[in-house]
Amino acid sequence: MEKVCNLGKLEKTANLIRQDIVKMLVEAGSGHTGGSLGTADIMTALYFNVLKHDPKKPAWKDRDYFVLSNGHIAPVLFATLARAGYFPSKELMTLRKLGTILQGHPNTYCPGVELPTGSLGQGVSNAVGLAKGLKIQDKDNYVFCMVGDGEIEEGLAWEAFMFAAHFELDNLTVICDRNFLQIDGDTEDVMALEPLADKMKAFGFHVIEIDGNNMHEVVEALERSRKIHSKPTFVLANTVMGKGVCDWENDAAWHGIAPDQEQGKKALKELMGRERS
Amino acid sequence: MALAKKATSKDPDMDYMRSGWGDAIVELGKKHKEVVVMSADLTDSVKLGGFKKEFPERFIETGIQEQNMMSASAGLAHSGLTPFTGTYAVFSPGRSWDQLRVSVCYGKQHVIFCGGHAGISVGPDGATHQALEDIAITRCLPDLTVLAPCDHEETYKATMAAYKEKGPVYIRFGREKVPVVTTKNSVYKIGKAEIFKTGTDVSIIACGQLVYEALYAAKLLEKDNIKAEVINNHTIKPIDAATLAKSAAKTGAVVTAEEHQVLGGMGSAVAEVLAKESPVPMEFVGMQDSFGESGEPAELMDKYGMRAIDIVKAVKKVIRRKN
Repeated sequence: MEKVCNLGKLEKTANLIRQDIVKMLVEAGSGHTGGSLGTADIMTALYFNVLKHDPKKPAWKDRDYFVLSNGHIAPVLFATLARAGYFPSKELMTLRKLGTILQGHPNTYCPGVELPTGSLGQGVSNAVGLAKGLKIQDKDNYVFCMVGDGEIEEGLAWEAFMFAAHFELDNLTVICDRNFLQIDGDTEDVMALEPLADKMKAFGFHVIEIDGNNMHEVVEALERSRKIHSKPTFVLANTVMGKGVCDWENDAAWHGIAPDQEQGKKALKELMGRERS
Repeated sequence: MALAKKATSKDPDMDYMRSGWGDAIVELGKKHKEVVVMSADLTDSVKLGGFKKEFPERFIETGIQEQNMMSASAGLAHSGLTPFTGTYAVFSPGRSWDQLRVSVCYGKQHVIFCGGHAGISVGPDGATHQALEDIAITRCLPDLTVLAPCDHEETYKATMAAYKEKGPVYIRFGREKVPVVTTKNSVYKIGKAEIFKTGTDVSIIACGQLVYEALYAAKLLEKDNIKAEVINNHTIKPIDAATLAKSAAKTGAVVTAEEHQVLGGMGSAVAEVLAKESPVPMEFVGMQDSFGESGEPAELMDKYGMRAIDIVKAVKKVIRRKN
């Protein structure tokens, strides 16, 4: 797919993806709103600028791989895939409904989804296996994987991190959606992760810390991560949960609920306002 | 059925099941360059040393990471490789069950994983290391093939056959040498239970090393003029309902025998089939809902009732229940 390099265009796309997320979650009546909105910029950067991929040929052998380890933010993945052209946008309104290709957590019914995820820690473990497998076969495909910050309280994530560094998987970038929030509250109150950058460095990763809602920083960090040799990269992306809708920003209550009709209408108005400004 | 000469002898030849697994993987490695092996710090224990030596570039040591080994194996499979992974059954599927469920089974990945050192016959290591629940927790997973071969040769064949399957496959075997029951010429097909001895009075349906005990029990029962049919039910999933139901309908009584908890194990799988297709009285030989303990393998098999003599007792009991 042709790269979109114009930052303004990417930001506009991210805004449209946010609108899609709100619409699909209102229609679904359940789902994870906060993290989906918070990562719309990263997902836009990946699918419209960074990844080598072809929405018409999801199984293209030379593609880069993306694994959404924090599978609960499936709405942002689906909205991004639809906008990139993997399937018609009207499918988005079937999210979480019986018979849909858009399951509550991603699986391969949906074109463009590589692996089923949703049990936390497993996607990053899938990704290290994928990256190792590509290396064994001398393939150049690159692997990007997103993890939630709360997600890496799982021991499995650290097993996978150890594996990635041990095998010098420099064909792997793990992007951490660092919004400091999980269901029970602030990550540092629930189970402290800090000093996270230092921990990842100690685990053998090249660490890049960015504002994950700044398109320029996101694109630059992801592109830079491809050039790191003999180490996997950890992009510590500081994001705002619920980004783009003032009432929902930085509120853990919005981790796992969907907006009702009224809330959705208000949010869409705000997002459309940003589009015009 | 072509069985080994001493298959029903009191003094059978003995060999390791795990060597059958290891030898087959080396063979597969020679034939197929996409075969890779993962090991979690137990390479020689589960006989993966041969592959490691021959194909070091395709051997992946994960260290003591059973969960990561399982989910990463799904990633390897997704990249185009065919992973075989090995560790002890208590750790995988024991510890890696969620990874097995989501990454491997739900993802429909062609991953072949073994549960080594399964059963109480692992011996002195005690209950923590005696996997007696692995069949129960694997056979409930959609799309997973579950195999419990009976001896060295059959484990080799099961491993070779697993490569040709499309989805995930679990192969279970123990640590100790077990009686040689089958030969190179014995028929083996995943999903097809084999009648090792025909009979009319009772069906003894066994898997793993209990197949030998079942054959020996059938021989002991001849003295009482009881003609037992012995079935090697090596594929627990997909289960061969037709063969099992036909045998049960013919004999009218069934005893199952396995080195596993009777709750949820191979016998339960047989009961699920027969309850629908051919209900007959049943008895279940295996671990009777308790943990094991340290001891020599033979002592434990005796104490926990997984011997020919225990099958004989169960047969007599089930025959009494026939009328």
